Amino acid sequence: MSYLEFLGQYGDRILSGTLVTVLLTVLSSVLAIAIALVTGLMRLSPNAVLRGIATVYIEIFRGTSLLVQLYWIFYVLPLFGVTLEKFTAGFVAVGMNLGAYGAELVRGAILSVPRGQWEAALALNMTPARRMIRVILPQAVLIMLPGWGNLLIELLKGTALVALIAVADLMFQVKQINGTTFLSAETFGTALIIYYVIARFMITPFMRWLERAMQRKLGRA
Amino acid sequence: MDAQDLSGFPLRLEGDAVPMVSFRKVTKSYGSLVVLDSLDLDVAEGEMVSVIGPSGSGKTTVLRMLMTLETINGGVIYVDGEPLTHMPRGDRLVPADSRHLRRIRAKIGMCFQQFNLFPHMTALENCMEGPVHVLGLSKKEARERSEELLAMVGMTEKRDQHPSRLSGGQQQRVAIARAMAMRPKVMLFDEVTSALDPEVIGEVTNVIRKLVAEHNLTMLMVTHQMGFAKDISDRVCFFYGGRIEEQGTPDALFGHPKRERTQQFLSAVREAI
Repeated sequence: MSYLEFLGQYGDRILSGTLVTVLLTVLSSVLAIAIALVTGLMRLSPNAVLRGIATVYIEIFRGTSLLVQLYWIFYVLPLFGVTLEKFTAGFVAVGMNLGAYGAELVRGAILSVPRGQWEAALALNMTPARRMIRVILPQAVLIMLPGWGNLLIELLKGTALVALIAVADLMFQVKQINGTTFLSAETFGTALIIYYVIARFMITPFMRWLERAMQRKLGRA
Repeated sequence: MDAQDLSGFPLRLEGDAVPMVSFRKVTKSYGSLVVLDSLDLDVAEGEMVSVIGPSGSGKTTVLRMLMTLETINGGVIYVDGEPLTHMPRGDRLVPADSRHLRRIRAKIGMCFQQFNLFPHMTALENCMEGPVHVLGLSKKEARERSEELLAMVGMTEKRDQHPSRLSGGQQQRVAIARAMAMRPKVMLFDEVTSALDPEVIGEVTNVIRKLVAEHNLTMLMVTHQMGFAKDISDRVCFFYGGRIEEQGTPDALFGHPKRERTQQFLSAVREAI
């Protein structure tokens, strides 16, 4: 079977798997960014309880394997009465894991906004919340964007693990195809290329565009 | 803040001539390093006071404490008769909470050595930010107020530029307009010309001269521009080692300094020029 024949026969399934992977990536990213923002801010809170919760969260989700977390969310949580559908369990696990890494990015970026900006906001008598939203975060976003570019690529690759709980993503589909055809080079080769293309030609340009847009907003471009 | 006996400090200043700003026995230290040692300083309403002195003498700390950028270790600061660092509870003073700080802080504005404009906002947006988001003015009112002030500092044409497109002198003028847009009673200038190229210092000092001439503002200015301080101040304070070593009218302090340290400092400064 030529590669073209292979694509003709299994293209549909590979495409449908790719779409699932992209959807997983988008949903996990949204979740990861939301978690990172909240946890990163909690880490900087004057309240020791909030700081503690955030630290424990980051330690657990950064310090243990994503695969184990995925199995916990899918197989163990139901024992405590929380049952998630496998697709949901998949993107929740990936989002929560990468959110823990993102939290440190958020925290670091906020801390690297120059001190003078905090002081100027205080001199204008802003409340801490307003200062964060209006002055600090907009500048922190630009600082953390390159880091997020890396993290989102990690996240995309992390989604391949959800195949192990039978979510029909790209990895799951090519494994199935390989199981019946034994065309390992074609199946896994195709998956390799698709993951690379998503990272290189979708995520990276998107992040670059975002960076340029933010720089324009700062009058730097 | 260390626990201290505040029983000798009034809950508020009353009488005929209540100073706009009053430092009473204010102490500031970092660990064992005493930056300000029991400072007493009154600034009358509408008065322009310049603070000079060698680096490390505590002069910038005076402004930073007044802007509540630094806490104090002892004493009380009053603004417009009310305690700033403390608040009355019953018949005694307790350390101020954030609400009290915000209420009193509203009377104070500050300009910084490094301008500290918000880089993601245009000159006009920088000026409108406080009035809209802190004072609760409508966008229209805030815009009118800001445009008026930008005109006063000669920045009308550059109002839609971001700070990165402005020179240091232009940024500092916008920063002055931004602080003035909050309608403070007290303005603090912390070495506002120190980061500027010599040829643009004049554009900033001219704006400050204008403020002195046209507004009944109380001003405290830390500066290294001795000539400027001499021209526009009502009073000059020479700081040394966390205390006011000598103070007086510009003519007295610059013309006939009494203390040896003042004489040494002034002659060293003159040599540098």
